[in-house]
Amino acid sequence: MSTRPLPQDPMIRSLIAQARQSQLNRRTLLAGAGAGATALALAACSTGGGQAKPTAAADKSETDKTLNWANWAAYIDEDEDGNYPTLVRFTEETGIEVNYEVAVDDNNTYYGKVKDQLALGKDIGADTVCLTDWMVGRWIRFGYTQELNHDNIPNLANLTPALADPDFDPGRKFSVPWQGGFAGIAWNKEAIPGGLASVSDLWDSSLKGRVGVLSEMRDTMGCIMLDMGVDIAGDWGDEEYTAAIEVLRQQVEDGQVRNIKGNSYLEDLKSEDTLAAIVWSGDITVLNAEAGDKWEFALPSAGGTLWNDNFLVPVGSPRKTNAETLINYYYEPEVAAEVAAWVNYITPVVGAKEAAVAIDPELAENQLIFPNEETLSQAHIFRTLSGAEEQKYQAEFQSILLGS
Amino acid sequence: MAFAAFATAEVQPQAPRKKSRIALFLLLPGILYLVLFFLTPLVSLVLTSLQAPSEFGDIGQYDYAFNWQNYVDVVEAYWPHILRSFGYALAATVLALAFSYPLAYFIGVKARRWPLLQSLMLVLVIAPFFISFLLRTLAWKQILSDESFIITSLKALSLMAPDAHFTGTPFAVIFGLTYNFIPFMTLPLYTTLERLDLRYLEAGSDLYANPFTVFRKVTIPLSMPGIVAGTLLTFIPAAGDYVNASRDFLGGPDTQMMGNVIEANFLVLLNYPAAAALSIILMSAILVLVGVYVKRSGTEDLL
Repeated sequence: MSTRPLPQDPMIRSLIAQARQSQLNRRTLLAGAGAGATALALAACSTGGGQAKPTAAADKSETDKTLNWANWAAYIDEDEDGNYPTLVRFTEETGIEVNYEVAVDDNNTYYGKVKDQLALGKDIGADTVCLTDWMVGRWIRFGYTQELNHDNIPNLANLTPALADPDFDPGRKFSVPWQGGFAGIAWNKEAIPGGLASVSDLWDSSLKGRVGVLSEMRDTMGCIMLDMGVDIAGDWGDEEYTAAIEVLRQQVEDGQVRNIKGNSYLEDLKSEDTLAAIVWSGDITVLNAEAGDKWEFALPSAGGTLWNDNFLVPVGSPRKTNAETLINYYYEPEVAAEVAAWVNYITPVVGAKEAAVAIDPELAENQLIFPNEETLSQAHIFRTLSGAEEQKYQAEFQSILLGS
Repeated sequence: MAFAAFATAEVQPQAPRKKSRIALFLLLPGILYLVLFFLTPLVSLVLTSLQAPSEFGDIGQYDYAFNWQNYVDVVEAYWPHILRSFGYALAATVLALAFSYPLAYFIGVKARRWPLLQSLMLVLVIAPFFISFLLRTLAWKQILSDESFIITSLKALSLMAPDAHFTGTPFAVIFGLTYNFIPFMTLPLYTTLERLDLRYLEAGSDLYANPFTVFRKVTIPLSMPGIVAGTLLTFIPAAGDYVNASRDFLGGPDTQMMGNVIEANFLVLLNYPAAAALSIILMSAILVLVGVYVKRSGTEDLL
């Protein structure tokens, strides 16, 4: 570069001279090092490996009558104007203004969004969030939740006994179920008039390339493991899990399973890219109402999985009592029945079925919303995994999702 | 320039004046911005990529360390995805160039006589930007689904095997990448071709060059800045793209690119060091490839 003669244009000449002057000298080196050090210092401020449990925020519910509730889409009763009737009544009864936000569309992305604030004990902008069992288990292990005061939730007596003592939260000290559902199989009634009975039926060669499974590891693997005769709620380990993973890997590699998806699997059912799939129960009810009565849901003969989304109070929320008041309100059977009639998921509130008869007797008989003992005996809860197990099993599951 | 005439009188190059403090002061906001929003995240990313799992830690808990083994691990585990990313990005870039060049040539050269047509066609190139590209990609997925008119027709005409699919194949992902990045190729090409001096082409023909030789020796070299800018603007985002290849859009389990691997490691596996190491590999690989490309195409002055 320096051997080239300078160009004629005076402006460019001076620019080049300027550029040559600013070659690396001690001062610029020092300035660069300074900037680097600043960046390093700033970068170190980010939460890297902090493992100390955060402390809960002080409760100001007495003076602050508001509440922020983060929840999933289509997960509460809604009228034509976009209001939430049960929430409107809650505000009338208690004077607590609720800001209901559809902020959760995936357990993992929501966690990714708020985890740094949680680790610092900061307010995440939600005083209560509804998350799935295993994610709630993680929050409790990490100390990201506040202990609930059961004195403020007398209606908790209405909680279904089967859900009162889960392994991730014995005694429901930190979390309370909001709604639950099944993962099972669904098929297109026009394409498969004979229907399907078990998960193995999905591997039939006539369905090659038209089968979908869920990207939620516990639901997909749970259904496959049940099909192999494993009690997913009980004591199982690497051997059972690996055997089930191999089944799934085989089906994906052979092209039997076309895709592995989260909520967007509904589009594939609609476009008929997939004709049969492992799905969530409530979605199929909604899909049938939306796009014509074309699909049928069933729990596989060997059983399906049962999951719940649970209220919890994040560690940085200063409005815990308000959240408890809200939880208590939704444990009134009449209110629970109203919500269940709209969202089509399983309510954990005892007495809601009786209350639902008053709204719609047919609804009260729907096994996907008010399952009886027989249906419930077919649904199993995936046992809680330790951190190490979670990492290992998820890595194996993701290696199928990502292919090679 | 008018003052160039006077400039020849100054034989001695003007010595650059001392750095003024005002210049430094004016630069300060920019430098602070870069340190805060570029350098800091970059340093943080490098530090994260070297973290090691905490002893007795739970999922997603890592400590600062110098665990360069992370890089070896991710390359071993994900080398097919790394190669696939660059392969798909290259294919999409070549396809986009093949589609864009004639289009840009038409708009920029042939349509010069009809300014109205020219602006109309430019609007058509830019119009897709008015709709979110997520929606457009989802629309393609529906249009090309198994039971769609296009796919059933192709199957009826025996142009597609009866059990073949479109969505979830590498072809679909490359199609999506090409479609989504084509405007980034067309616009830079258009801006250079629009300024193409046609008298050079005339001169070429006058010297008995056939149209192909004129194109190869005159048009292409003159439009090189557009080609380089267009290919860079297509290749760089395409290599890091994770929407088209995502299983929720046009991809399937065997079309996952680096972006998808980074997403899975960050959000689901909470393996932050692996995600950071992959990001840095992606960044440096692009930097090296682009550096070599720019050097070889001899256009470093034009960038």
